[in-house]
Amino acid sequence: MSADGHHEVAKDEYIAQIEELSGEDVSKCYQCGKCTAGCPMAEKMDLPPSMVMRYMQLELSDDLKKATSRWDCVGCLVCGSRCPKFCNPGAVMEALRMEDMRSGNRDEVIEKLPVNFVKNAPQQAIVSGFRKYVP
Amino acid sequence: MNIPYYPGCTLNTNAKDLQQCAEYSAQALGFSMVELTDWNCCGASLPLTDNSSMGYAGPANVLINAKEEGTKEGNEDKLTTLCAVCYNVLKRTNYAFNNDNNKLDTVNSLLETDYKGDTNVLHYLEVLRDEIGYDKVKEKVTTQLKGLKVAPYYGCFLLRPHNEVGLDDPYSPTIFEGLLETLGCEVVDFSHKGECCGSYSAMTNPENVANCSFGVVESAVAAGADIIATTCPLCQFNLDGNQVKQKSHFGDLDEMPIIYFTQLLSIALGKDINSISFDSNSISPLPLLKEKGFV
Repeated sequence: MSADGHHEVAKDEYIAQIEELSGEDVSKCYQCGKCTAGCPMAEKMDLPPSMVMRYMQLELSDDLKKATSRWDCVGCLVCGSRCPKFCNPGAVMEALRMEDMRSGNRDEVIEKLPVNFVKNAPQQAIVSGFRKYVP
Repeated sequence: MNIPYYPGCTLNTNAKDLQQCAEYSAQALGFSMVELTDWNCCGASLPLTDNSSMGYAGPANVLINAKEEGTKEGNEDKLTTLCAVCYNVLKRTNYAFNNDNNKLDTVNSLLETDYKGDTNVLHYLEVLRDEIGYDKVKEKVTTQLKGLKVAPYYGCFLLRPHNEVGLDDPYSPTIFEGLLETLGCEVVDFSHKGECCGSYSAMTNPENVANCSFGVVESAVAAGADIIATTCPLCQFNLDGNQVKQKSHFGDLDEMPIIYFTQLLSIALGKDINSISFDSNSISPLPLLKEKGFV
């Protein structure tokens, strides 16, 4: 029991790990939805940025683990730029990706790199594209 | 005026068109870009997460080398870049060094340096606006690009995050528009000038990128533009290439050429258009430029 008389419930381990990796305090989010409104990928996402933040708050770790929207995220920085509470849902998305790769919940491997793309694309696309391969 | 210049991974290879025209224009305007003698990749994106410092080591090393270059006789104590992503990464690295003591200490100890985050990084657009001045650029224009309707595409990295990059107002930027007006272009405002082209997802999710690129091109077409100008090799690659490679996503939308801003600049500054390389373009801007009488 804490000093103010409330029972303390241990935070879900997965959620705590995502918060630590991302450096985000998801409790700041008040669900205005500006991030999702600006996200270029929101229409394609199972959980758009604002819902990822809400699921984080509610510690719905099983649903978060099943979601795939973090792999649609393009890292455009719109969500964090628009947030009136200075949250950065993009950082949460990246932490979720990192955790996927670290726990083996994602099978992006170097052998599956699109060879034709790598031959023709600007180097910067390949270098930054590795964000989705390297935990 | 000699300004140390950081080309990054793409400018000497896939985006030579962007670089060559920047070098020509610099000469025409009375300054030189001096490529850093020692440089490495900036990483092409900073980590989004807070607990990673490794991503700052590469760009910090570039900034340290630039600082040294700036002390050489005849060189300005500044660093310029052409690529929007390099600019973003270098500016944000400086921001982290100035605002996050933990990152400052960690990266400095990793590199065995004592960098303070004080290399003055300028995008080439800033050199034109703040060091040369658009009025002086205007005096050197020999071919007014009259009647060319240009949509200035900023994309993500020139503007966001605003507090770390600080190039311009993130919602109503003017630096790109100002240059285009200086060259005599008709500037076309369009809704998607700061939207994402799909970026590096080109490697893992080309369908998503095609959708993003379509949104940008459609918006410029709807606003009446003849052509989109960009500062970023990856934006050029996505916006231009997808109109051909992912044609089905674009339906019957008119094809729109995507040109580097330095190509427009060098045409206006008198470079023979036949000497300009358009190797990056799947959709050649030449028919349009001929139609407008610049060839």
